[in-house]
Amino acid sequence: MAKLIAKPALETGMPFAAGDAQLSMPDLGCLTSIAPFDGALAAVAASLMAAHGLGFPEPSKMTVAENAQCIWWGRGQAMLVGPAVDDGLAKHAALTDQSDGWVAFLLDGAGSTEVLSRLTPIDMRLSVFPDGHTARTQLGHMMASITRTGAQQFRIMVFRSMVQTALHELQGAMKAVAAQS
Amino acid sequence: MRVAGKGRVNRHVTVPFTFDGKRYSAFEGDTLASALLANDVRLVGRSFKYHRPRGIFSAGSEEPNALVTIGHGADRTPNVRATMQEVYEGLSARSQNAWPSLRWDMLAVNDSFAPFLGAGFYYKTFMWPKAFWERVYEPVIRRAAGLGALSGQHDVGRYDKAFAHCDVLVIGGGPTGLMAALVAGRAGADVILADENSEFGGRLTGEVEEIDGQQGHAWADRVVAELAQMPNVRLMRRTTVTGSYDQGSFGALERVSLHHACPHPDAPLETFWRITAKRSILAAGALERPIAFPNNDRPGIMQAGAVRTYLNRWGVVPGRKVAVFTNNDSGHRTAQDLHDAGIEVTGIIDARTDVGSVVGVPTFNDGQVVATAGRRGVEQVTFTHSGGQKTIAADCLAVSGGWNPSVHLSCHMNARPQWREDIAAFVAADGAVPGMSIAGAAAGAFTTAACLSGGANTALGVLADLGFTKPEVAVPKAQDGTYDITPLWSVAGNGRAWLDFQNDVTVKDVSLAATENFASVEHMKRYTTQGMAPDQGKNSNIGALAVLADATGRTIPETGTTTYRPPYTPVSIAAMGAGARGKGFAPERFTTSHTASVQRGAPMIEAGLWYRPSYFPARGETTWQEACEREVRMVRNAVGICDVSTLGKIDLQGPDAGAFLDLVYTNTFSTLKPGRVRYGVMLREDGHVMDDGTAARLGPDHFVLTTTTAAAGQVMRHLEFVHQCIAPQMNLRLASVTEHWAQFAVAGPNAREVLNAVVDDPITEEEFPFMACGAVAISGVEGRLFRISFSGEHAYEVAVPARYGDGLFRMLLSVAEALGGGPYGMEALNVLRIEKGFLTHAELHGRTTAFDLGLGTMIAKKDCIGKAAARRPGLTGPEREQLVGLRAVKAGDEITAGAHLFREGAKPIRENGLGYVTSACYSPTMGNTLALGFLRNGRARHGKRVLMVDHLRQISTVCEVCDPVFFDPEGRRARG
Repeated sequence: MAKLIAKPALETGMPFAAGDAQLSMPDLGCLTSIAPFDGALAAVAASLMAAHGLGFPEPSKMTVAENAQCIWWGRGQAMLVGPAVDDGLAKHAALTDQSDGWVAFLLDGAGSTEVLSRLTPIDMRLSVFPDGHTARTQLGHMMASITRTGAQQFRIMVFRSMVQTALHELQGAMKAVAAQS
Repeated sequence: MRVAGKGRVNRHVTVPFTFDGKRYSAFEGDTLASALLANDVRLVGRSFKYHRPRGIFSAGSEEPNALVTIGHGADRTPNVRATMQEVYEGLSARSQNAWPSLRWDMLAVNDSFAPFLGAGFYYKTFMWPKAFWERVYEPVIRRAAGLGALSGQHDVGRYDKAFAHCDVLVIGGGPTGLMAALVAGRAGADVILADENSEFGGRLTGEVEEIDGQQGHAWADRVVAELAQMPNVRLMRRTTVTGSYDQGSFGALERVSLHHACPHPDAPLETFWRITAKRSILAAGALERPIAFPNNDRPGIMQAGAVRTYLNRWGVVPGRKVAVFTNNDSGHRTAQDLHDAGIEVTGIIDARTDVGSVVGVPTFNDGQVVATAGRRGVEQVTFTHSGGQKTIAADCLAVSGGWNPSVHLSCHMNARPQWREDIAAFVAADGAVPGMSIAGAAAGAFTTAACLSGGANTALGVLADLGFTKPEVAVPKAQDGTYDITPLWSVAGNGRAWLDFQNDVTVKDVSLAATENFASVEHMKRYTTQGMAPDQGKNSNIGALAVLADATGRTIPETGTTTYRPPYTPVSIAAMGAGARGKGFAPERFTTSHTASVQRGAPMIEAGLWYRPSYFPARGETTWQEACEREVRMVRNAVGICDVSTLGKIDLQGPDAGAFLDLVYTNTFSTLKPGRVRYGVMLREDGHVMDDGTAARLGPDHFVLTTTTAAAGQVMRHLEFVHQCIAPQMNLRLASVTEHWAQFAVAGPNAREVLNAVVDDPITEEEFPFMACGAVAISGVEGRLFRISFSGEHAYEVAVPARYGDGLFRMLLSVAEALGGGPYGMEALNVLRIEKGFLTHAELHGRTTAFDLGLGTMIAKKDCIGKAAARRPGLTGPEREQLVGLRAVKAGDEITAGAHLFREGAKPIRENGLGYVTSACYSPTMGNTLALGFLRNGRARHGKRVLMVDHLRQISTVCEVCDPVFFDPEGRRARG
């Protein structure tokens, strides 16, 4: 029987650089949304710590372990990024595999904040949105999850089906910012 | 003319440009206005209504006259203010509103009819016949009156939008704003300093005066240099803050590339900023106002401050012999600077009594200009004064009627400015906009010293509010003094005295409005059109209301101002809509089979934001219809593959998941066994159908719902709402998994054969009967299988994680094609489902109930959302338009979606309407045209005939009413 071939969301266009900004597409491993059931937040946090070495994130925050991150994903929901989720968590939370639902861009460089200011309305100043902060917000006309992963580095996640539009918007903003600097 | 030794343009770099096709030369640093004046071009435009010759009036964004069109073709931009346009090599500007040329304008004849064209003339004149207004009068008037015109082509320029956030937004970069920004910047606050000019400094760029012992513009440059070094300060040149809005948000337009000869192809022409600031400081300065006197609109008559700016900043004078008409000290300053530069000043006509004079310049007290003369520009000025009447030569008349603080942004949230008698001006009030402080000339401080200290003190107050430590900043020493104004708004005399140059409104028009009882300032504005031109009355509002106050016997504060609204200066729509042109309007969503579908030549159509294949053309097929019919036959006789990933998929987990579904669906789901799927209908709270779909029970506490493509977002939102607001006690969690799974329908008699060729463990009818679901593995990849059918055939939907979507699609196709099958698109899918009477949002259009759709019995005994509302009188019964099938009585006659239904023999008019067609197709299976539609009491009319009339396409077809399920009504094929 023929083997089922896996294809990346984007086959061309990466990495990309313009001016002081670089765009790449890291492989994040598994994505699992974790939504603790009623009254189970503490148990989820404890299980997460035991299994993956990180806590359940506060709103607008990301928790980080060596090989895993957990990103606040909205009301009562977080996204475990990296390892396959520990099955034990299923007792306490709705676990949903989202590994193929979202794609992640990494926007890096001194111009990254300026690039994002073309596409997203939220305040990305380092003082307001420091490392480890995250937001569900807009990227152009798309909904997105944006997390600061460094002083000049952001992880931008969008729906897989919108990856072409996201790339187009990000490249356009990067080129426009580069042309003005 | 240029004045040697004056101005700060770079005289080493000449810049060629054209105006009305004629070549001129400017210097680097010129604006189009300063360059035209340097070339002695006085006539630059024709007025809006009377086509009066007009010249440059100001040196700023308030310019009413010098509006030009820049560029050609699709790049053409009308109504560009020459005073704001920086020259660049090859700049091509053209005058507006003149034909055949600026000098010889045919429509200048309008001016001769001026006595008939006063305020409100068209309300009085074009009353009869009634129908002529829209068809004749208005088009003719619109053609005769107007400023620049758009190209009529798509704008090809690139525009951008952007967001910025700060602690303190300083609006205006004059002495006040610079000082405020410096203080706030040194304190460590995040500061944005925005100024609409290319150079910071405000009035300092056009004055001869010292700050801390150096020239004002040099001081400004030094402050800007310090600010530029601060990482917490953002300097925004060429950026006009155009509006203040809720919660400390502001709109601002940045001119990014409009001053470049060859803009970078990736750089926008303009960027529209949305700035959010914790605090703002309005340091917008003041605008010099004119005085209305007879024939005060001739080219050469200008703001006194502008004359000074042209001399000091650009080394240009607008005339050889300059006269000054003033009611305050500003005019004297202009006379002094001109005189010092060696320009002949033929007289200062001062409306005040007993004022001093500039040495060497004749000064006339109690002076009022009563007439001006000159064919295409002022040549002489006649005035009365304490000694009688006198005429002097002047090819430029510099006028100052005082200064109006730029209060606009403080009034955008409906506050009114406050009148100050001592300076005869409205000033912005603190607290007018939450979080906004007013400083400098905008607050009525009219000396440089007062502006500098005002800027610093206001910033200190703001910083204290925000919790910053007070920084070390000394307020520099600067010129102080008095303003000393005696108000003078208009001068009586023969000839029209213009208030609004841009809309051609005179003192007489405003008086006429008052006489005709349009005495409120808002009524006067609309009756005369004063203040309604692109400059929004920046030069005329205060003068006009003063004239109105006089005419109605009220004071100026009693009369009040009209409402200031955003934008402060015009904003191009292209900038506001930046990024949303063409495909930028919405994201494109591509399925994993997109590439494979396009490779097979499928035309892709939009469905929601998704792109789906319309049909897959085969060799020799010339129309979509041929392809569609072949695909339908293929599914009915062999097998077809269709990407159905676009349908919404919602994951539902938790102990109360079943109970929750009972609440949101009309039918019961808590009784569904794991491994089974059920069709469900969801109602809105008002009892109408919102969506339909299936719910598959994957485990005791685990369901996955499907929604229609169009309503995926709406259903998810509804479920979230119900869970959060109606049933928060239910313990369950929702997650959209639409994007994670690529899902394909495998439909047709050979469906199982195709499937068993790809799954690791073949399935049987017993394991997977109709409406079963479960896990499958394909090449070791975990997937999901659902035995559901939207075609009426033996069918499955198989899902794998999206990364395998392309692979699975290609694999299924290769197996299917070997079995006489292949892919099918939206057209065939639609025919297949109409043949079966299955619903889409053509039928679930928001106004139909479960009763209408024949699904009334699906509302179970238990309660559900929308159940009570669905029972309301009028939502059930024979009066309702009910879902029916329609087939052409004469096989093959056309039935069209959107057509209306009538009783045979009845006149096809609205009053006789019995219903309408929602979906129609030619069915190759049935050999006839079929349709679904809604017909009054339709279920009782099966077997009867109705007349379908499509009034738009002019088609009439007699149809037979029947059950909506045309094909295989017992459903044997799907079960078999």
